[in-house]
Amino acid sequence: MSGELPAGGSAHPGPAGSDRPEADIWDRRIATGLSFLRRRLTGEYEVDEFGFDRELTNGVFHPALRLLYRSWFRVEVLGVGHLPADGPALVVANHSGTIAVDALMLSLAVHDEHPAHRYLRLLGADLVFRMPFLSELTRKGGGTLACHPDAERLMAAGELVGVFPEGFKGVGKLYRDRYRLQRFGRGGFVSAALRTGTPIIPAAIVGAEEIYPMIGNLKPLARLLGTPYFPVTPTFPWLGPLGMVPLPSKWFIQFGEPMPTTGMAGQAEDPLAVFNLADQVRETIQQGLHDLLKIRGDRTG
Amino acid sequence: MTDRAEVVLVTGVSRYLGAQVAARLAADPRIDCVIGMDREPLYAGWRETTNAADPRAPGGARQDPRRHFEFVRADIRTAEPGRVIAAGGVRTVVHLAVASGVGSQSGSRAAMKELNVIGTMHLLAACQQAPGLRKFVMRSSTAAYGASFRDPAVFTEETEPREMPRGGFARDVLDMEDYVRGFRRRRPNVAVTVLRFAPFVSHHASTSLTRYFAQPLVPTVLGRDPRLQFVHVDDALEILHRSVVEEHPGTYNVAGSGVITLSQAVRRAGRLAVPVVEPGMSALAGIARGFGRRFNLDQLDLFVHGRVVDTRRLVREYGFEPRPTSVAFDDFLRGTGDGEVLPREAVRAAERLVLDRIRQARAALKAAPDGHGGQASGGEAR
Repeated sequence: MSGELPAGGSAHPGPAGSDRPEADIWDRRIATGLSFLRRRLTGEYEVDEFGFDRELTNGVFHPALRLLYRSWFRVEVLGVGHLPADGPALVVANHSGTIAVDALMLSLAVHDEHPAHRYLRLLGADLVFRMPFLSELTRKGGGTLACHPDAERLMAAGELVGVFPEGFKGVGKLYRDRYRLQRFGRGGFVSAALRTGTPIIPAAIVGAEEIYPMIGNLKPLARLLGTPYFPVTPTFPWLGPLGMVPLPSKWFIQFGEPMPTTGMAGQAEDPLAVFNLADQVRETIQQGLHDLLKIRGDRTG
Repeated sequence: MTDRAEVVLVTGVSRYLGAQVAARLAADPRIDCVIGMDREPLYAGWRETTNAADPRAPGGARQDPRRHFEFVRADIRTAEPGRVIAAGGVRTVVHLAVASGVGSQSGSRAAMKELNVIGTMHLLAACQQAPGLRKFVMRSSTAAYGASFRDPAVFTEETEPREMPRGGFARDVLDMEDYVRGFRRRRPNVAVTVLRFAPFVSHHASTSLTRYFAQPLVPTVLGRDPRLQFVHVDDALEILHRSVVEEHPGTYNVAGSGVITLSQAVRRAGRLAVPVVEPGMSALAGIARGFGRRFNLDQLDLFVHGRVVDTRRLVREYGFEPRPTSVAFDDFLRGTGDGEVLPREAVRAAERLVLDRIRQARAALKAAPDGHGGQASGGEAR
């Protein structure tokens, strides 16, 4: 069978010659696709201790998210050089958008735009891990529970860790509060970074706030379902599943300068120092949001 | 003190693990005498296990380990252990009379708790009365960490369980470790080693896990893919052996490094996973069948949340690293070879077949327009 192609090529040097490289690409694609399927079927892949499945992330999650990233939200990334090529860093970003699409776009931005193609290991709320399917998808995509042992273990292993200190207060805020950072909780992320001497990189995300403009919150229904909020947007729940299509806003992600924490391990237990540093991070992100909004305004208006 | 005979008491010698440990110790020239204790008659495979024992001791293994072994049929919940420890001059106690599940050997849940909790209590009481005792080694389990979605991904020895575990065995383990903590306080001159083992696997040992993976259709919990960790029985034996002949006071996680997820394990075994909804009895029933009615909540918790432990302390202290979880699991699969629904070779063959077919089809498509021009091939296709 392999002999047929060269034979055809020699009989018609013109068209066959120009076809060959393309044919090889498709042959390789089919072969890698099939061997991927085979490895998935027989379990011949590696999963790290947090449950991160690199092969599944590269082969399935990232290609799917890339469509949203490139064609729908047209994400532009600034300051990617602030992320280290190796070694740990804690990326702290604002959270918004009713459902946590921003976390997925942020991790794809880190992987695709950074020359070292690093993976962002996200820290998620315990609600995520209580839910079937979502918990496993999160783990396979590199996420883990936002708790001190996990955060410090990832940072000690030299990973890039991503955290959203606003938590559900950020994702579940109303549209009129957009680009207004919510409270930063207990600042646990700061003490974890201090203890491990991990630099903090503030990140501002603009665009996520508009994908599901939340105009109302049906609190009784949320209480009934056990969720932190029940969103009402101009399209959801009125249009049913169609209302779940995010609006195609233009996104910007900006990574700020790293804030060093080396030699500050002693301050990890000092609540005042922790709050001050958390505040500093928060203000940097808020400033970054203002800058990005100005850029976006100039660009569109 | 140094010229005193090294006498070891091993409880639970009628069980697989106890028999193996006793056999290895009896074959080790550093140990003068091994006293095995169990309320059941001695493990039937004892003679074979003694022959199979292979301690890497200086001077090589003894040729006549049986001459250094003595069996005492007694229940540890009696005065017998105290008498044996005092009369035999026991220096080390290895406590392996621990039942991890309800079943043929340990009987009902009540009997299991009786053996685990009350047995440990009695044994420790006897040990406290023995002035000559220098070492106490106990088999514990990583079940001590419980299982909850609010747990960290990896447990270190310091992690406290977030919630009281549902499973009986996990509760027993917590109680047993509590008693050991008290014993440590009261007898600080005794080196106490607590080994928290991950579930055992090997190609020759039959456990509830073996039977679970031996079925063609394996029930799992819908929407959950727990991370699992195993330890190979041979590595567990090595760690237990070293705990006796060396001195490693403290609590250690014993597991193979790395992780495999349940779905991955099922696929590697060439089985098909049948997801069952978690809430309600259907999942319980499904998994209970899988365990051949030896099902308990310990296993359900494990199959919802998974359990991964940090073994750095063990590796540092013992200078020995159990083989990785995936290697241990592969060895276990050699024992459950037949009955595969999706054998690896068949999947590989299917992959080759599909690839060849696609290549042929593509070659044919390509050859057609090249040979006869676009129109002709279009006509042919119609």
